[in-house]
Amino acid sequence: MHIPDGYLGPPTYLAAYAACAPLWAVAGRKLKATLDARRVPLLAISAAFSFLVMMFNIPLPGGSTGHAVGGVLIAIAVGPWGALLSVSIALVIQALLFGDGGITAIGANCFNMGFVMPFTGYYAYQLFARLFPSDRGKALAAGVGGWLGLNAAAITTAVMFGIQPLLHTGPDGRALYAPYPLSVAVPAMMIQHLTLFGAAEGLITGLVVHSLQRSRSAWVLQAPGKGAAG
Amino acid sequence: MKEYRALLIALAVMALLTPVGLYFPEIMKAGGVWGEWGVGEVRRMIGYAPREMGKSADAWKAPLPGYALPGQEAAPLGRRSLGYVVSALAGAAACGGGAYLAARRLSARKGKGGSR
Repeated sequence: MHIPDGYLGPPTYLAAYAACAPLWAVAGRKLKATLDARRVPLLAISAAFSFLVMMFNIPLPGGSTGHAVGGVLIAIAVGPWGALLSVSIALVIQALLFGDGGITAIGANCFNMGFVMPFTGYYAYQLFARLFPSDRGKALAAGVGGWLGLNAAAITTAVMFGIQPLLHTGPDGRALYAPYPLSVAVPAMMIQHLTLFGAAEGLITGLVVHSLQRSRSAWVLQAPGKGAAG
Repeated sequence: MKEYRALLIALAVMALLTPVGLYFPEIMKAGGVWGEWGVGEVRRMIGYAPREMGKSADAWKAPLPGYALPGQEAAPLGRRSLGYVVSALAGAAACGGGAYLAARRLSARKGKGGSR
């Protein structure tokens, strides 16, 4: 889901940067107002976790590969704005040090994986966790949130790919950037993410929440700002 | 930091296990990620290299391209998994450090003063 350089034309990647700029600013303001100093290391751990979980490539046998992102799990621990910060930092490091995701596409990738995913998944989690407030219910809600969040990000990524032939096709009919139209990009991305990659994201999110619930680290799951650390 | 010890150990274990993410796709004969092909692969799939894609695709030279040590992108799997673990440790440290500095700056401005 890391869009490389050369896949998006300037109108798309500049629009994505323009969309991210105010989001990053709001994240900074929200965290400044609410972040408990004792939770600072949790944001660092979240960024490192997101980076590492994306290294576990999962194969579709004979097909393509993908990976979980951890964005919804992180949002449950540090809130969606904290997740935007943590995942964005992981994506910037991936692009700069490892060439995973383009430099021009950092805004697009942060929008999809850092914003769309944590916010969609987090609010879905909140909704389901309110309906099923037991520990098991919350773990299940986290799993559903993870699945939904990853798929929401897959849709916005696929749309970014798919609109490129509409925006940039040469007079000879050849694509200038990402070549596949919406009718190819959306089904290709969604079939993979609705099934295997989404299931992996949901499973990881649900299982980590489940195992945190009974551990000494259970305070991670308490809503920030309720003085739960320690 | 005591309350973070278990989480930090979990991260270290994850970093050491990352080569699973290298071997597993290989064993299952899976290809690359949809939408993350090199220009050469795109040419093979659609018969030509999109003009602007060819120009900007390699604009940035990453120091550890594809989570491999420089020049070892196509090394045997065993060698590449060493580079993969090194990348995991370096990347996790960079992400953790970056997020720590950013978050500390944000939380330090609540009137507590000092550089803490």
